[in-house]
Amino acid sequence: MAYSPMTEADKQAMLSVIGVQSADELFADIPESIRLQRPLNLPKGMAEAEVRRHLEALAARNADVTRYTCFLGAGAYEHLIPAALGPLVSRSEFYTSYTPYQPEITQGVLQATYEYQTHIAQLTGMDMANASIYDGATALAEACLVACAHTGREKVLVPTTVHPEYRQVVHTYLRHQRLQVVEVPYDQGATDLERLAALLDDQTAGVVVQQPNFFGVLEDPRAFARLAEKHGALLIACTTDPLTLGLLEPPGAYGAHIAVGEGQPLGSPLSFGGPYLGFFAARDELVRRIPGRIVGATVDRDGNTGYVLTLQTREQHIRRERATSNICTNQALNALTAAVYLTLLGKQGVRDVAYQCLQKAHYAYRRITSLPGFAPAWERPFFHEFVVRTTADPEELTRRLLDYQIIGGLPLGRFYPELADCILFCVTEARTKEEIDRLAAVLEGLT
Amino acid sequence: MQGSVPLIFEKGAPGRRAYELPELDVDERPVEELIPAELLRREPPALPEVSEPEAVRHFIALSRRNYGVDVGFYPLGSCTMKYNPKINELAASLPGFAHIHPYQPEETVQGALELMYTLEQYLCEIAGMSRATLQPAAGAHGELLGLMIMKAYHESRGEGHRVEIIVPDSAHGTNPASAAMCGYKVVQVRSNERGSVDVEELRRLVGPNTAGLMLTNPNTLGLFEEDILEVAQIVHDAGGLLYYDGANANAILGRCRPGDMGFDIVHFNLHKTFSTPHGGGGPGAGPIAVREDLVPFLPVPMVEKDGDRYYLDYDRPHAVGRIKAFYGNFGVLVRAYTYIRRLGAEGLRAVSEQAVINANYLMTRLAEYYELPYKRRCMHEFVLSGVRQKKHGVRTLDIAKRLLDFGVHAPTVYFPLIVDEAIMIEPTETESKETLDEFVEIMIRIAREAEENPDVVRTAPHNTPVKRLDEARAARHPVLCWCPPVPAENAGGQ
Repeated sequence: MAYSPMTEADKQAMLSVIGVQSADELFADIPESIRLQRPLNLPKGMAEAEVRRHLEALAARNADVTRYTCFLGAGAYEHLIPAALGPLVSRSEFYTSYTPYQPEITQGVLQATYEYQTHIAQLTGMDMANASIYDGATALAEACLVACAHTGREKVLVPTTVHPEYRQVVHTYLRHQRLQVVEVPYDQGATDLERLAALLDDQTAGVVVQQPNFFGVLEDPRAFARLAEKHGALLIACTTDPLTLGLLEPPGAYGAHIAVGEGQPLGSPLSFGGPYLGFFAARDELVRRIPGRIVGATVDRDGNTGYVLTLQTREQHIRRERATSNICTNQALNALTAAVYLTLLGKQGVRDVAYQCLQKAHYAYRRITSLPGFAPAWERPFFHEFVVRTTADPEELTRRLLDYQIIGGLPLGRFYPELADCILFCVTEARTKEEIDRLAAVLEGLT
Repeated sequence: MQGSVPLIFEKGAPGRRAYELPELDVDERPVEELIPAELLRREPPALPEVSEPEAVRHFIALSRRNYGVDVGFYPLGSCTMKYNPKINELAASLPGFAHIHPYQPEETVQGALELMYTLEQYLCEIAGMSRATLQPAAGAHGELLGLMIMKAYHESRGEGHRVEIIVPDSAHGTNPASAAMCGYKVVQVRSNERGSVDVEELRRLVGPNTAGLMLTNPNTLGLFEEDILEVAQIVHDAGGLLYYDGANANAILGRCRPGDMGFDIVHFNLHKTFSTPHGGGGPGAGPIAVREDLVPFLPVPMVEKDGDRYYLDYDRPHAVGRIKAFYGNFGVLVRAYTYIRRLGAEGLRAVSEQAVINANYLMTRLAEYYELPYKRRCMHEFVLSGVRQKKHGVRTLDIAKRLLDFGVHAPTVYFPLIVDEAIMIEPTETESKETLDEFVEIMIRIAREAEENPDVVRTAPHNTPVKRLDEARAARHPVLCWCPPVPAENAGGQ
């Protein structure tokens, strides 16, 4: 076997040191009746070249966005990735290491994580961030749990303008702790603030706002903050694309207690939905309630600055069933990716990306909504995603766009039956005017 | 290499940049026309301003201060730090896998769905189970889901009063934490003098409130739970379910299957057993496989096949819901699938055999110099105790730090909790006899130092980029991110 150096001679020498005749003797503690008496029913092993051909063939059956033009967002975004990113995050000193339990020889990943935490704190305007969580949806669910634990209350309000799959995850997580999730309806693409005000009470632990929301529409987060504050609830800000914060007011500035979201747009590829990374930032007062790993700065014996995993007394390997969460790993490699991406983009680059997303999406919006058979779903300010109503069948339209190597928007009927005649389009800085014009031309021909 | 590396935020100069976008090619509108002024950011975030070469040198410098499996031996018990084949990386980076959107129409992702469908079948065969979900992002995430399935099962039978999860005192900390997170009460069962679950105590603990037992087998002492059939019988007779923590599955591939031992729910840590890199602490993947009557509770969506066509099935009325957006850590699944195809049934069985030989060889050679608390054959890992060295004032942590001086990663220390001064060693199958022999020599040398020159061990490490770090200070005075310097004119203001 190519990955194991053990020769027959090694094996015999080692068995003799151990003091057994055969390897089978080492498995003697397995009761006879449960030993597998046949080979596993798996295909025969393949040489590397065969495996490679097989996987290339499987991959070729997928329409990837390097060959197709993609106008899909909805929680996963195609942004441009600087060429310098790949070679840095594929350094195997990073990707073949484990959780940095021995900080003296893992300063690389620890410092990069500390820098990642700083990037996220800067971007969100919050006091601190953790070392990442599984994804945006689980980060939101964990934030709701923190709000309940911190306030001692049992209810969270989640608008239906929050990503539908995020809401499902929140429901799953909270149900098992007997906590209540109440959904707040939307009106004209944004959260119905009157309904929100009516549902808020002194039993509400937290209020969630997704900015921009699932429809790409900009909510009024200060109104959420005022209402939450009135009832002593925490405001949880969520975003599926943190690059919008290059232009938008950060959660820390409008009064959020916790800011969470999806970090995939920060340099991670689409990868069919994972691995992504959830970011989790908060005010200082919540630091001991935050789930997941956190890196802190300290000094070594000689007074040199160094970094370690810290506040570990919150964690399950010490507190066991009294831990603040069961999260054991983070998405370290994706967090490193985000740190490298934000470094390469820098202060100006992040603003430029947000600016181009905004301008290109609005250009596309003007083009598409001027076509016969297409109309704005509502008149609201939006960022880089927007909903249009169409007289065509959205599912059918999306299928026909594939003939033109275009992955169109998301037909909304699957998540919002009342919007069965609507499509959610996304336009990032990765799209060109030519591609947008072509989408418009094809749409015009198809309706 | 010694000393500190400045943070990237402390480098560069205003106006420098490492990346530029193409010129904007569409008609522009003033931002204020598109976004209400009160929603706009006033201050830009204080992100770095560096050129590309500065950024590249910074992260290369950091990478050189990091230790991975490709750098050297990593005998971190229970973490299964085996070598990660490079073909796995190549496969995951193919554009057809790396650059597909989760909401593309199903007909444009048939290759990806086929891979997931087939991987599910392979994992079920290896586990001895009926169906699996690939959704969990990590082992602990899988544990949480497994317990949710357990809960849904009991509730569906009108047995919602089953609120207790039994966990051995040797268990991973994630087991009790996951149980608590799922709303369960945790009951601990003792290990006996052979390091296995104390069957008599288990018999006393089970009852009408028992929802299930979580067990790692081989357990965290590296020992096979030899009474597993009796344990399964006791839990099942009490109406509970048996949960398999797959952290140690590397030891049993093709030798025996959790399903045949009586387990009802199984998780695998794909990043451990199936060689996907750990990435410095993630991403991982923790699929859950279940026996036939638990299949309805698996979360949405499941990958199904209709003739030649693969599709995502969301119509599952009994599903526990969803625990993650989209379908799981697909990039990790591609790597695990590649590994299984590369090795096949025979290769996987060889993995276990060689991992177990390596562990027993190391254990036998080290038992002369370090206390071996359980004198049994081990499986793929074993636990020593540093109590002999403690007599000389050298703690297990000191031994771990001293190992770093010799260019190897330290084993897992102070776990499991039931062994005093625990040192848990897992060599894995990808290490050569020469590497193991070198490790033995280093461990012997440290044992000798502990007697003759304990100070050199107590003050270790000496040859690393930084010396021993003050972890207590980090926790007492948390400094969790860099703050931009306050401009002079504002200092003292506000």
